[in-house]
Parts: sequence; structure tokens; C-alpha cells
Amino acid sequence: MSFHPKMSYGTGLHQSARERPDPGEPFAFTPERRARLEEIALRYPPDRRRSALLPALHLVQEQQGYVSARAMEHVAEVIGVTPAEVEDVVTYYTMFRSKPAGTYLLQVCRTLSCALNGAERVTDALARKLGIAPGETDATGMFTLVEVECLGACDRGPVVMVNDGWHECVTPEGAERLVDELREKGTAALSGCHLRVEKP
Amino acid sequence: MTEPVLTAFVREPGGFTLEASIRHGAYEGLRKALAMEPGRVIEAVKASGLRGRGGAGFPTGMKWGFVPKDSPGPKYVCCNADESEPGTFKDHVLMERNPHLVLEGVAIACYAIGARTGYIYIRGEFLHVAEVLESAIAEARAAGCLGRGILGSAFDCEIHVHRGAGAYEAGEESALLESLEGRRAQPRLRPPFPAVVGLYGCPTVINNVETLANVPLVLAKGPEWFAAIGPEQNTGPKLFCVSGHVARPGVYEASMHTTLRELIYGYAGGIRGGRALKAVIPGGSSTPVLPPGAIDAPASFDGMIKAGSMLGSAAVIVMDDTTCMVWAAENLVHFYRHESCGKCTPCREGSDWMLKILQKIERGEGEMRDLGLLESVARNIAGKTLCPFGDAEVAPVLGTLEHFRHEYEAHVREGRCPFHAGWRRGR
Repeated sequence: MSFHPKMSYGTGLHQSARERPDPGEPFAFTPERRARLEEIALRYPPDRRRSALLPALHLVQEQQGYVSARAMEHVAEVIGVTPAEVEDVVTYYTMFRSKPAGTYLLQVCRTLSCALNGAERVTDALARKLGIAPGETDATGMFTLVEVECLGACDRGPVVMVNDGWHECVTPEGAERLVDELREKGTAALSGCHLRVEKP
Repeated sequence: MTEPVLTAFVREPGGFTLEASIRHGAYEGLRKALAMEPGRVIEAVKASGLRGRGGAGFPTGMKWGFVPKDSPGPKYVCCNADESEPGTFKDHVLMERNPHLVLEGVAIACYAIGARTGYIYIRGEFLHVAEVLESAIAEARAAGCLGRGILGSAFDCEIHVHRGAGAYEAGEESALLESLEGRRAQPRLRPPFPAVVGLYGCPTVINNVETLANVPLVLAKGPEWFAAIGPEQNTGPKLFCVSGHVARPGVYEASMHTTLRELIYGYAGGIRGGRALKAVIPGGSSTPVLPPGAIDAPASFDGMIKAGSMLGSAAVIVMDDTTCMVWAAENLVHFYRHESCGKCTPCREGSDWMLKILQKIERGEGEMRDLGLLESVARNIAGKTLCPFGDAEVAPVLGTLEHFRHEYEAHVREGRCPFHAGWRRGR
């Protein structure tokens, strides 16, 4: 029965929409990453080990490409918190992915300064080229396209972040070219940050 | 026009190394500070008139003075390098090209308040910048500029980089502390303020990157030198981020005598394609938009308040006459709806409703009464949240409603968006 005058009970709206995280494969840090985590944990007071939670999750994503439920359980054990507390943090921060992404995660900045310089058209060009909508991964599993909020490179907009690297001043044509070049030579195709004036 | 000091060597190849930085005078301010009583260092910063560069413009020396001198436990300095305010990209330049100036500022702040640990909280997307800072810290430690017995003194100080993971709200000082403690970046109820109860419950000073980068200059060149730059109460060199429809977007260092007109038409080379200016956001997305008639005001903390906006993070976003102001407000409210941490109901729910109304108007389905509704929702968010996010997210709405109400009305009247800029989707 329902206490609501117009809505019957248990017909969808009253049900929790909470998504269970993907359990994934069994997970443990590689010995090298575990050692790196312990080194990072020394930066915080010994009784404040929880501060190493974000660094631990960055390491999980580096190893696994996303953060699975089994990885959250492992991190909880290593840090000394509950898996629920880890999930609470994972689901808050946009950089932690709950599902695997393609080899190249194309993140187009959509916020004002980039948008004034044509970011909407860059997203559309990438979507057309890859035959997917933002939020999707293409059939080959190579590209995932997402729109993100301000990346802090507003003078070089539109900016597309590919995995951890930057690609600046992107035009719709340049975006299509970027896809081809990523296929050919990987992240070497990226312009990188213009502030790095040194030649490698 | 004053000579750049914060960004004088940012284009120099290898300028970020310790060797080059010392050649340009790095760690001289720290050396001078270590020869002074900590209280005198705070006095010097107060005398300089330095105000926080993160957005609020609070006097830095006063903030340091709030830290209790006699508390027995540890104290902390947190450098806010979350730089996420749309339109802002100045701290990025300082950290990547002048990291030792930032480290020196953190170390001086630690010495002044009696802390031995500083954390630089940097946004997660700045991985390449975090790497520059990490290697600068290693260089400085190896040279005795950080670590134990700094520069031959009895002062020990460690600085650590802590990467965030994608959350605008982590730039709010109490949310930054939560994030640094391994939790969701959500704000804390104040009082108590972080100066008394901050990181791990200990007295903590939180300063923006650019604020801390100014501190070594105050010590090395003297508070009088610093106070002589710019208008009274708005002292020192300032970094301005100019983006949007300008010919030369970028970071420009100038005094706060500089007007918005000089920034747009001088430094940034004017409106791209010779078009007319329609609107300018002077201090990042959280500050109300100004019409072209207001651009002769100085881009200073007080000048921008007088003009009806705020200096904020000095992120000047320029829009030409092809820009639809309803669309611009929608774009920014989309940002705030995405970034609202969800803790306070007015902000969490209000941002969603503002976006729905703006989208409806922009689609051409708006009614005249939606304008009043939009304003009413906005006024019921501002001032009703734990942190300034609520005030920030209504700025794009109230600012555009104040100066560009006729554009909202045109959308409703014509039943469509009347603008056809080529840089937009489907135009």
C-alpha cells in the first residue's frame, strides 16, 4: 500500500537507483605499486593513513584502468577503512572510473572559455568520426569520448585531454586528425602543454 | 606598466630548475625570513598589504595572525593548487615554470606560523605539473633549501604534493582539508575556522598558489616595494588570465591599476576578428558578468566590487557580439550543477532547477514567467549554503538577468535562440 495519494508503492520511483560497482577481476597491488603507496603514506601522520586514499586510488587506476569493487575492497584493507568508505570517495571524484574505458579516453572540455572557441563542434566532430555519442566507447574499444568541465587551460581552448596528456587549441578538423594520429603513433600525437618550452 | 616579477623567467628554457631559479634570486626571501622572528615575518606580510589571490582577497598577513601561537600540537600550511575556477590558468604557469618560488612561499608561511609540514593540494588533472613540483622538491631538499635544518638554520620543513581527483569543490578551503584527509571534498561548518581547527584538527593556513608565490618577493624586496605597486589596498603584482574571444589569450602580469579595457584591448590584443565586445566576466565564472560600459574600471579587488562584480581569481572571460548570454549562463550553470558537492539542498537542487529553466529558454520553449522563476530560485540559493559555492553558482544567472534581460525576453518572444554564432553546435 502507499501513503502517497497518487503514487502506488514499489513502481519504480521509490526504488533506489544505486548502481552496484563492477566487481571486476581479483585485485591486489603489484609489489612495486604497493611499495610506492607505502612511501606516499609516509607523507601523512602515522595515525592519518586515510590521507593516502586518493593516491591509492590513482595507483589502482594506473594498474587496472578503472576502479572495480574488488579493488575498492583491497584498498580498504590496505588503508584501514571500510569498503563503503572507499566507494563513497570513488563515486565522488570524476577522475575515478567505475567502468573500463577505451585505450584512449578523449575528454573534451565543455566549459565557457573552450566553448566560446568551438568546443561543441570539436565534440560533434569526434562523435561523428568515431560513430559514437559522448559517454560511449567505439566498437574497436580504442576510443572513449566524454565531455568534462574546465581543465584549467582556458587560453589554449578548446582543450582535449587524452588519458593523462593534453592536446591544445583543437579545431573540428584537428580533432578528426587527432583520432587518425592516435591510431598511428599513440599519445606521441598529442601537442602536450605549451608551457613546456624545452625540447625533449 | 610594472616589470613582471612573478613571471619574468617563465619563457626561459630550463628556467624551472633550482640552478636557474637561484640565479634569479630564489630562496633569498626564505633566507631573510629565517633571520627574523616568525612574528616579524607576519608583520612584514601585513605591511605589504598582500591580499589572497584565490578569489576572496582576504589579507594574507591577517589570516596568518589568526593561528594561535601557543598551541602545543602540529600546525599545517596548505597551498591551494586546485585551480578549477572556469577561466583560471595562472597558478598552472607559476607551478610549472616557477615551482621554486611557490615552494619558497610555502616554506616561509610554515616558518611564520610555526608549521613544519606543508601540503600542496593540486588538481588531479595537472599530472604534468605535479611531476614538476615533485622534482623541484627533490632538488630543493638535496640543496638544503627544504628538509632538515633549512639553509643552515634550526628550521625543519617538509613539503608534499597531494593530487586531487577531479572536484571543483576541493578548491573551497574546508573541502580541500576534507579531501586531503581522504574523504569527499565537501565543506565544513564554520566556525571553527581552519586557522584554529583545520587539517587533522590542527591550526592550518590555506593560501592560493599565487598568494604564496608573492610572499618571497615581500621578504626579499621588502614590504614597501610591494605596497608601492598598484592602488592602495590592492597592492603587489597580479596575474590576469584573459580568455575567450580575444586575439592573444594568456596570462598577463600587471598591477591592479590596470583596467579591464587595457587587459582586453592592450595585453590580449583586442576582440578577435575586430568584432564588438558584448560582455566580460572579470574574475572567473563565480563573478557576475559586466557590460562593455564597465570596462574602464581598474581590475582590482575594490575596483571590481565598485563596478558591480568581483576580481575573484582574475580570470577575464571575454565574449563578443555573436555570443548568446542565455547560452553562456546555461553553460556555466551546467558546470555548477555538475560540480555541486550535494551537501546543501539549496545548491544541489537549485543548480538543477536553474539549468532546467535555462535550457528551456534557450530551446525556445520559455515563457515570460520563467524569468521571474529563475531569479527566485537563484535568490533562494545565495547565502543559504555552507560554503560560497551557492553564491558563485547564481552569479552567471543574476549577472546576465541584470545586464542582458532583453536577450532572455527575445528568446521567449521569438520562441528560439536569436544568435547564430558559427562556433556553436549546429549553427
